[in-house]
Amino acid sequence: MNITTENTEAPPPAPQPSAAEQKRASRGATRAGDRIFLGLSRGSGIFLLVIMAAIAVFLTYRASLAISKDHGNFLTTFEWDTNVVPPVFGIAVLAFGTVVSSIIAMAIAVPVAVGIALFITHYAPRKLGTPIAYVIDLLAAVPSIVYGLWGALVLVPHMQGVFGWLNDYFGWTGIFSWQGGAPRALLTVGVLLAIMILPIITNVSREVFRQVPQMHEEAALALGATRWEVIRTAVLPFGRSGVISASMLGLGRALGETMAVATVLSPTFDIQASLLDPGGGTFAQNIASKFGEATDQGRDALIASGLVLFVITLLVNGAARMIIARRKEYSGANA
Amino acid sequence: MAKRIDVSGLTAYYGSHKAIEDISMTVEPRSVTAFIGPSGCGKSTFLRTLNRMHEVTPGGRVEGKVLLDDEDLYGTGIDPVAVRREVGMVFQRPNPFPTMSIFDNVAAGLRLNGNYKKSALNDIVEKSLKGANLWNEVKDRLNKPGSGLSGGQQQRLCIARAIAVEPKVLLMDEPCSALDPISTLAIEDLIGELKERFTIVIVTHNMQQAARVSDRTAFFNLAAVGQPGRLIEIDDTERIFSNPSVQATEDYISGRFG
Amino acid sequence: MSHAAVTDRRPSTLRGASLPKWSPWAIAAGSVALGTGIGLGAGLDSTIQWGLIAAILFVLGTYVIAARVEGRRQAKDRIATSLVWVCFLAAVIPLASLIWETLKRGVKVFDVYFLTHSMGVVPDTQPGGGIYHAILGTLEQVGIATVIAVPVGVLTAVYLVEYGRGKLAKAVTFFVDVMTGIPSIVAGLFILSFWILILNMGYSGFAGSLALAILMMPVVVRSTEEMLKLVPNELREASLALGVPKWRTILKVVLPTSIGGITTGVMLAIARITGETAPVLLLVWGTNFINSNPFKDPQASLPLYIYQQYANSAGSGAAYDRAWAAALALIGFVMILNLVARGIARWKAPKTGR
Repeated sequence: MNITTENTEAPPPAPQPSAAEQKRASRGATRAGDRIFLGLSRGSGIFLLVIMAAIAVFLTYRASLAISKDHGNFLTTFEWDTNVVPPVFGIAVLAFGTVVSSIIAMAIAVPVAVGIALFITHYAPRKLGTPIAYVIDLLAAVPSIVYGLWGALVLVPHMQGVFGWLNDYFGWTGIFSWQGGAPRALLTVGVLLAIMILPIITNVSREVFRQVPQMHEEAALALGATRWEVIRTAVLPFGRSGVISASMLGLGRALGETMAVATVLSPTFDIQASLLDPGGGTFAQNIASKFGEATDQGRDALIASGLVLFVITLLVNGAARMIIARRKEYSGANA
Repeated sequence: MAKRIDVSGLTAYYGSHKAIEDISMTVEPRSVTAFIGPSGCGKSTFLRTLNRMHEVTPGGRVEGKVLLDDEDLYGTGIDPVAVRREVGMVFQRPNPFPTMSIFDNVAAGLRLNGNYKKSALNDIVEKSLKGANLWNEVKDRLNKPGSGLSGGQQQRLCIARAIAVEPKVLLMDEPCSALDPISTLAIEDLIGELKERFTIVIVTHNMQQAARVSDRTAFFNLAAVGQPGRLIEIDDTERIFSNPSVQATEDYISGRFG
Repeated sequence: MSHAAVTDRRPSTLRGASLPKWSPWAIAAGSVALGTGIGLGAGLDSTIQWGLIAAILFVLGTYVIAARVEGRRQAKDRIATSLVWVCFLAAVIPLASLIWETLKRGVKVFDVYFLTHSMGVVPDTQPGGGIYHAILGTLEQVGIATVIAVPVGVLTAVYLVEYGRGKLAKAVTFFVDVMTGIPSIVAGLFILSFWILILNMGYSGFAGSLALAILMMPVVVRSTEEMLKLVPNELREASLALGVPKWRTILKVVLPTSIGGITTGVMLAIARITGETAPVLLLVWGTNFINSNPFKDPQASLPLYIYQQYANSAGSGAAYDRAWAAALALIGFVMILNLVARGIARWKAPKTGR
């Protein structure tokens, strides 16, 4: 231990070390221990970046192998025949199914999650709010395969009645017409995904609503606002970007969900106008169901579809992070 | 249209903690009443009981009566939302709604209360901003966000927002404590003008300010930390600052404690 | 008094007509009764529909009644309140049903025998067999993933909090965030293409561990970062001012202070990857026999076991019961991990907070 005289002279309870001081401290880190430790921790960070790059590179490489042999159009073909020679496959149906089921899930989950978050932060009595938040936290941890089992057992039979009702009253729209097959269609998947992503959207939104400065709410109250008006004038505008990014996180989950979709959907390689008739599949579900009997060629084709899914989720998550980052700057400037 | 406030036997709690005890006083209409006293003596809490904002804090509850021109704010069937429309409030830190423009901030209270025509809304916003001595500074940028103004301007914006709904009483909770001296002076001038139309109650830590702006002054104190705050005396400001009737008041004002 | 003279459009009285306190309950009871009545009358077989009808009646009824008695603003406030309650109930029902079904169906074959035996050659249609091989596989795969992911994750977090300034740290932060969102099946495909198709290593528990580690790392980084940020700067400075080198300060002061929170984060991350099925399906392949060597040949795994039993069962019979029992075991394990983790967090929480 070589304590320099400088150190002993410095006033001990300096509240914030100046940048120069900090720099000196790390500059002085010529000790082997410091160098090794810094190397290790920086190396770990770099390792993570390498993994991300490797995911992109390896998926692209295998995908390019597959696509070069594809005798259909990879983007527009409505088929997935990878075990025939020459193979014919395309992601059109998967893209359709993934996007549509995720949109349904978002349309249901986002309003409900915002409602629950408001319930916890602004409506429920304090004694009730905390345990509810806790239970919702736990539900976020339920494995997706269990949601899948439950969906097949409980949700699918219950959707039978809902499908009939939708067909009776809204069948004329075309979107809700039903030929009477098992209700294992995209709508069912969307509902199940909605239930699955509810906890995560709720949790993030709840955090955001809780951070609304008391003074903004009081300002609205002092103007004679009812509780709903306080929420509309002070809480929702403040939390908007947070809710958007929470929804994006939920969307990312919904897009990539595999097992739950695989257990409730009966996939067909076809696109239907109706959400109630069997039609479509999703990227992740298709990979899980086709993987077992896939040849080498088939596996590369599945990897190609996985690459598309990867890119989509990357875009969605990147967008969510950028929204969060902007919000941080914004609220920091106003704090 | 200013109204008189009559408080009798008012005690306020945070959960089981008694914050202020047995306070009775009368606040005259068209006057400025200042609350002074050491930190933690409950003057802000008391202020918040005057428009039922105290109960917004978790665990906050109140016993006693607050009469606004003979109507008990804590009587049965009284709607706290309606109370807050009659008794406006300006807070310690300027708190314009960050996502709204200057115009929308002033119009916020009006929009809650019903459908105003665009032209009527324009008139009221202009009148309120003029009333808050802010019109000349912001008339060219009404659609800019309110958070872009300086601290003093933001506080005057909040005052404009509060007076736009034509309350009978205006409560101010240390409105200048976050502002520089020049902005403080502007607000003090404004208070002098506003008392022609409103009953004004102001909490302040600054005794010179109390002496400058108020007609009457109430001194609050607490026996010891953890004890509830009490009203020591209330009298004409001149008397409080020249010849108070209680020794504790004189000690506080002359800076011997607190 | 004088306020009678006010020529204001607003009601000058502070008194508003208001509904009695019990009115929401009365309206709720009425709508449920009416919803049930309509459901029975129209012969709707799904209780979901009854509930939907009751919920819509409740929201509409509240609005109409409140608008009549209290005015539009109050009615809007009430409709918002009732919508928020409906949202809450609508979410609670499926989630409660999920827990209930798992318990009810899971206990059927859930016993010590089930936990201590493998499937072996038990056919799908016959009762018997258990999940011992799957538990063993899951523990090994998750264990290896943890051993890989925790050091990398914690060190990365240390880098970001203690050293990280500049472009590299920004890039790492961003990609850690993005990595959190990688679908598990994509992580599985990556290891498939890299480890199995290119390096030709064959299906094994270890391959699954690699994918699980990728899923676990960003979660560990995130939570550790949050915990390290909570350590007050004064502690670091006190130690540095004594002439303790930075790396020893981190090891001896910073990490021990936040060890409770880091442990919690790691356990939550473990809970999350334990339930992952997709990468295991692609990389571990599954087997009905006990394979205790994670580095060679396919292994079983709990979530994969659930999926395979379900897929082979056609919705009823012995395999179906086994799927639910295994789901109960999995949920139980994940929940216990969660509860213990939260317990540690509460117990070891740094007293400084924010």
